[in-house]
Amino acid sequence: MTAVQDAPETTGPAKEIGRDRRRKEDQRLITGRTRWTDNIVLPGMLHLAMVRSPFAHAKITSIDVSAAKESANVVDVLTGADFGEELGVCINAWPITPEQVTPVHSPMPSDRVAFAGEIVAVVIARSQAEARDAAELVDVEYEELPAALDLKAAAADEVLAHPEHGTNKSALWVFDSAEAGTGSDVEEAITKARENGGVVVEREFRQQRLIPAFMEPRSVVVDPTGEQYTMWSATQIPHILRFALAATTGVPESKIRVIAPDVGGGFGGKLQATPEEWIAWAVGIRTGKPVKYTETRSESLVSGHHGRDQWQKLTLAAEADGTVTGLKVELLADLGAYVAIVGGGVPVLGAFMFNAIYKFPAYHFACQTVLTNKTWTDAYRGAGRPEATFGIERMMDELAAELGVDPLELRRKNWITHEEFPFTTVAGLEYDSGNYEAATDRAMEMLGYDELRAEQKRRRESGDRVQLGIGVSTFTEMCGLAPSRVLGQLDYGAGGWEHASVRMLATGKVEIVTGASAHGQGHETAFSQIVADQLGVPFEDVEVLHGDTQVSAKGLDTYGSRSLVVGGEALVKATEKVIEKAKPVAAHLLEASVDDIEFSAGRFGVRGTDQGLAIQEIAAAVFAAHNLPDGMEPSLDSDATYDPINFNYPHGTHLCAMEVDTETGALKMRKYACCDDIGNVINPLIVSGQVHGGLVQGIAQALWEEAVYDDAGTLVSGSFVDYLLPTAADTISFDVDHTTTPSLTNTLGTKGVGEAGTIASTPAVVNAVLDAVRHLGVKDITMPCTPEKVWKAINGAGRGDDMTTGAAMPHFDTDQPGKDSTEGAGA
Amino acid sequence: MTKINLTVDGSKVSDDVEPRMLLVQYLREKLGKTGTVVGCDTSNCGACTVHLDGTSVKSCNVLAVQAEGSEVTTIEGLATNGQLHPVQEAFRECHGLQCGYCTPGMIMQSIALLEENPSPTEEEIRLGLEGNLCRCTGYHNIVKAVQHAAGATSTTTGA
Repeated sequence: MTAVQDAPETTGPAKEIGRDRRRKEDQRLITGRTRWTDNIVLPGMLHLAMVRSPFAHAKITSIDVSAAKESANVVDVLTGADFGEELGVCINAWPITPEQVTPVHSPMPSDRVAFAGEIVAVVIARSQAEARDAAELVDVEYEELPAALDLKAAAADEVLAHPEHGTNKSALWVFDSAEAGTGSDVEEAITKARENGGVVVEREFRQQRLIPAFMEPRSVVVDPTGEQYTMWSATQIPHILRFALAATTGVPESKIRVIAPDVGGGFGGKLQATPEEWIAWAVGIRTGKPVKYTETRSESLVSGHHGRDQWQKLTLAAEADGTVTGLKVELLADLGAYVAIVGGGVPVLGAFMFNAIYKFPAYHFACQTVLTNKTWTDAYRGAGRPEATFGIERMMDELAAELGVDPLELRRKNWITHEEFPFTTVAGLEYDSGNYEAATDRAMEMLGYDELRAEQKRRRESGDRVQLGIGVSTFTEMCGLAPSRVLGQLDYGAGGWEHASVRMLATGKVEIVTGASAHGQGHETAFSQIVADQLGVPFEDVEVLHGDTQVSAKGLDTYGSRSLVVGGEALVKATEKVIEKAKPVAAHLLEASVDDIEFSAGRFGVRGTDQGLAIQEIAAAVFAAHNLPDGMEPSLDSDATYDPINFNYPHGTHLCAMEVDTETGALKMRKYACCDDIGNVINPLIVSGQVHGGLVQGIAQALWEEAVYDDAGTLVSGSFVDYLLPTAADTISFDVDHTTTPSLTNTLGTKGVGEAGTIASTPAVVNAVLDAVRHLGVKDITMPCTPEKVWKAINGAGRGDDMTTGAAMPHFDTDQPGKDSTEGAGA
Repeated sequence: MTKINLTVDGSKVSDDVEPRMLLVQYLREKLGKTGTVVGCDTSNCGACTVHLDGTSVKSCNVLAVQAEGSEVTTIEGLATNGQLHPVQEAFRECHGLQCGYCTPGMIMQSIALLEENPSPTEEEIRLGLEGNLCRCTGYHNIVKAVQHAAGATSTTTGA
């Protein structure tokens, strides 16, 4: 780092990159001057309410809308049968195999519902309250069908989620290092370990189903009154929405404008083309009036896509000294009722990450995606990579326990050392840079690893009621989705480039347009810092525009920790073009040769002289266009579309200390320390926020959150009373630091940070809980590790496989029917 | 319809409302006070927190008619003469917000918390904000912001 800082500096504004700038976005947000989609009110606007199926799987035998239509101020009530092709379909953009079974996903089916919460009718009324009142009056008759609910049973095709397909198996995606030529044969490695005194660890882990639970419920407004139909949506993906609307509803893309105004969080949950958006679109066009639909929280939890939901069967082979020799991964992934926009691609992203930072010579990954009659699943913060990181980091701890060695020592033995980069992994990726040793050393120091190990020993020896566990997660991830070529090889439906424009205004201010669409990340601040340094203009003079396809015509939006590493690089390239366009103007005005013009810190100078012009002066001269080089186009404005050459690979070491009360199962997080290497940091304040928030989402998977269905396929954790989002009182303050190994695949040397905390933290916490009670004979505790499950594991002779899956609630007493099963949830 | 008269962010307002209308709906739909938002339907999230006669309330849990004759302060009424309230300033200073959706409620609750307890410990802050959910920040910097506003940063532990 210091070597970089010593680079020659000319006088000029202080470097913006690396400063903990307070966010530009905040002034509006802390004063309530916000533009959430639900805030939008247009003349004559109509409001929608959805009628949803209470059954997981049923035939719709009749729908009587007459009473609803007579309700006060109802304009119309429409069912699936009232729409034709203009309703479009919800798309899957990533068929992971050519044979993938992909049920048609109508936004509003007219014949059969495939999950509880699916929309069967829409009420259009003059107010939201009147629409909701009338929705209660829609009388739908259903004929219940058997529902495919349990993932393993569904994979065995015991009950079919979509009978017409004859199977619940959607796609089987396989990667094998021997076949791919990236490594040797995993079966041989396992056999060898079994026969030659090595170690084979076999485990099955459950990745429970989670709900993204962004704070702003989704909302959509459609205004069909202009030449371009406009959709405002609480979405992460305005550009992809525009494309998908055009592709499926027959409206030309050029007649569609999509705006993502202020968007209140996403975490992957707003990376979707939803039935609600498609219905609002069709109703708006049909009525010719602006329409709005805003979901309730309960609707959000039952119908917005869920995340995770896998069974992971893992086999790890190692030599007796702990050197890993092979990893075999067999996944079952629950798609829910339909293949969502990324859908089966989510677990496939994990295919490249199970081998993580370790030098496995042999690797096999197979993922079977399965249709069930539950809410559809798709990206949730990390998308495939948290699942993979959990699997491998749990396995490394299991191997360490089996061998009786320190889990960090075992990792040191197997990880890629910093001298070995660039390193081509057994999954075929080229890791460009990293230093696992440095991050681990720092994290150990931050946690006080040795002291806590000593305390753990004392507590064990004295038989203390409160036992201490230390959990380790040395993670990496692939982010910055993604080189288009790679996406093409994986049959993803789009590219992975990003677009940026830079406009030099007459007054010297700068407008930049990015195709990345922020929803809380702080792009406006971080991108302003980048442009301020690139063009040598004040931070305050840069305005960042995004999220409106009329302003930002090109883009691929925000997900997969891509905005900075792909969108930021596009911005750098656009600013470079501005400078190149300005140089001949400077030379002309300064009567010098272009070859003698040097640009530094916002000033075009003539080499060897004190003559020069500020970039703002050049901008003004180009605006006037009175005196430009012959034939020059009077504009400095520039665009760039950047396609990344590789993913980038943030990594870090996360250490968690958990106290477990062995008499009650109560858990207390004692300390959490993490050292992430995310390359060069643009804004340390924003980075820390991303890490903190990511950590809590990952910790919440380990300890609290789970989407639970009952035997009938009803989501019983369908409100914030039952779905346990952590509060301030449940969490602690974290120790966060960074080591820096710049990425070599983008000019800023940055790596993604949006998902790191979530990916890393879950296994650190679960490993810590297990480490506290392993000496009592406990081998596993399924997530979420509630006090009850911990207590049962301690008192059940080492069984930790109690599942909440299938049961209504962990504390539901089947001997007392009728008792409120959700009472005391999360207590 | 019932006639109500109340003061919102310093302005006297008077409207006919349905008795079932929630205070948050009244603020948003009748007055256009869209700074106050709705995040759930079970009064768990606290995004709609406002001050009713100086006490913090979840405005989804109060009927508009119950606010008759009262004084309501929302996030939009905090800054005076362009001067941010110290708690607003602290949230910006400490990066206590990301998407900003929970922020109005979080700030209103933090102000109420500090009025009751001007020098809270970290634990007291965490317990005092228990009724407000945030999905972005992990609460770390929200707690710091409240400490900052309380001028209590020096007495705390942790990062």
